Amino acid sequence: MRSLTELGKYSNLLYQALRSSTEFSTYRKNLFQELVKVGYDSVPIIILTGIFTGSVMTLQSAYQLESAFIPLSTIGAIVSESILIELAAVISSLVLAGKVGARVATELGTMRVTEQIDALESMGFNSVSFLVVPRVLAGIFMFPVLYIVASVCGLGGGLAAGFFSGTVPPADFLQGARMYFYPWNVVFGFVKMFVFGFIITSVSCYKGYYASGGAEGVGKSTTNATVLSCIFVLLADFILAALLL
Amino acid sequence: MIEIKNLKKSFGDLLVWEDVSFQIDDGETVAIIGRSGCGKSVLLKHINALLNPDEGEVIIDGNNIHAMDYVDQRRLRQKFGVLFQGSALFDSINTFENVAFPLRYFTKQSEEEIRKNVMQSLEYVNLEEAADKETSELSGGMRKRVGLARAIVLRPHYIMYDEPTSGLDPQTADEINELINGMANTLDITSIVVTHDMHSVLEVADKVAFLNNQTLSWFGTLEEMKRSDQQDLQDFITASEYQIKG
Ligand SMILES: Nc1ncnc2c1ncn2[C@@H]1O[C@H](COP(=O)(O)OP(=O)(O)OP(=O)(O)O)[C@@H](O)[C@H]1O
Ligand SMILES: [Mg+2]
Repeated sequence: MRSLTELGKYSNLLYQALRSSTEFSTYRKNLFQELVKVGYDSVPIIILTGIFTGSVMTLQSAYQLESAFIPLSTIGAIVSESILIELAAVISSLVLAGKVGARVATELGTMRVTEQIDALESMGFNSVSFLVVPRVLAGIFMFPVLYIVASVCGLGGGLAAGFFSGTVPPADFLQGARMYFYPWNVVFGFVKMFVFGFIITSVSCYKGYYASGGAEGVGKSTTNATVLSCIFVLLADFILAALLL
Repeated sequence: MIEIKNLKKSFGDLLVWEDVSFQIDDGETVAIIGRSGCGKSVLLKHINALLNPDEGEVIIDGNNIHAMDYVDQRRLRQKFGVLFQGSALFDSINTFENVAFPLRYFTKQSEEEIRKNVMQSLEYVNLEEAADKETSELSGGMRKRVGLARAIVLRPHYIMYDEPTSGLDPQTADEINELINGMANTLDITSIVVTHDMHSVLEVADKVAFLNNQTLSWFGTLEEMKRSDQQDLQDFITASEYQIKG
């Protein structure tokens, strides 16, 4: 019952956001700031995540497939396909649920409990257009961009790990990666990131926008925002796989 | 003119108040008093439709604000300046930008005009020197004054103060009271002051609305209040006087 009313409130917030997304002049400035905060500021952590995911994938695959009958290029194929289809998107998004989601929920939650949102509204602002729309748009735009960063770093990390550990020579890795490269995998990754970006920013905006109960309440909303974001990302990942693969 | 008619509000099972009716004429200063938690802030938020009532209406210059669509509501809200209980300054921008904020979005003023208007507002509250300070560097009293400067920068018809003097030392509180009187007299603004500070009421109010027992239990002029024989009201005043005299 409670989750039903929550769902209703969440949909209502999204509906308001959609309706007020035409008021571009209200949120133009905020949108640029958010594009930087969601996108540019997340690049370091995404590079790190990508490199480690790729290199661990290579080392593990090399270990699991240790056999004279399996060509080394297979490892390149497995690693690159896993990264493009699944890992670059999902692992990055789980990290971003912590980074972006927590920041958004805390920002809006603090603004709510210190009456800054009421202040915006009483000046005559549309607070949803001012606060929620730019954050969700930034998520939708920047997550796919971060997917490119994560993929490139993942492939690079995988390649490097194979080389430095002496398990997979770069030539074999690249041959495998090229052999099993389907553009559709990349499209699929983009679609996922688009959806995950929407989920994380909208859920976190919702949790922050309706926060209550002082500093403790903001803490609760932030925790809920990251946990719910992760759950919905995993759920959406499953649904998208079932629909699109 | 603001007419409040038969207003009722509850949150779930909690009835905040019902049967609240009174009128605020242009140029008047009305104080809303009552104990902590009696719903003073909630009443303010009904006047500019940040909250919707369960029953009743609020008529502002002939328009029922709760019956309007959101776009018209927002236009009407621009006639109001609001000083929030915790000042509600935007903490991501500095003092100057806080005051400039409504000007940047709601007017087409040039940077020069904005600067002039912001400094004028800050001068009004005696804080020109704080213009470049971050809001986190301001004291509680300064925050209230910056909040006030922001509230008047668009030249509102109405201004609503939520506990303007609470948490301030008596001298700073008096300065704020003087500012409130100044706004009302020189800028000819209609004011609504929520407070539980009787001293402030005596300084600024023309009329008094007393919220008690989940309703508007008394409404009248300041003079009538002093002579009133309503027990609850007298108890409230006596308790405050006791506090003032120590
Ligand atoms: N958004 C809300 N949801 C649920 N209950 C609320 C909400 N806002 C206020 N209340 C409740 O309504 C009652 C009145 O609150 P309000 O903030 O108006 O009190 P107040 O008279 O301003 O008190 P104070 O002098 O301490 O500021 C309180 O019991 C409060 O818990
Ligand atoms: Mg209050």
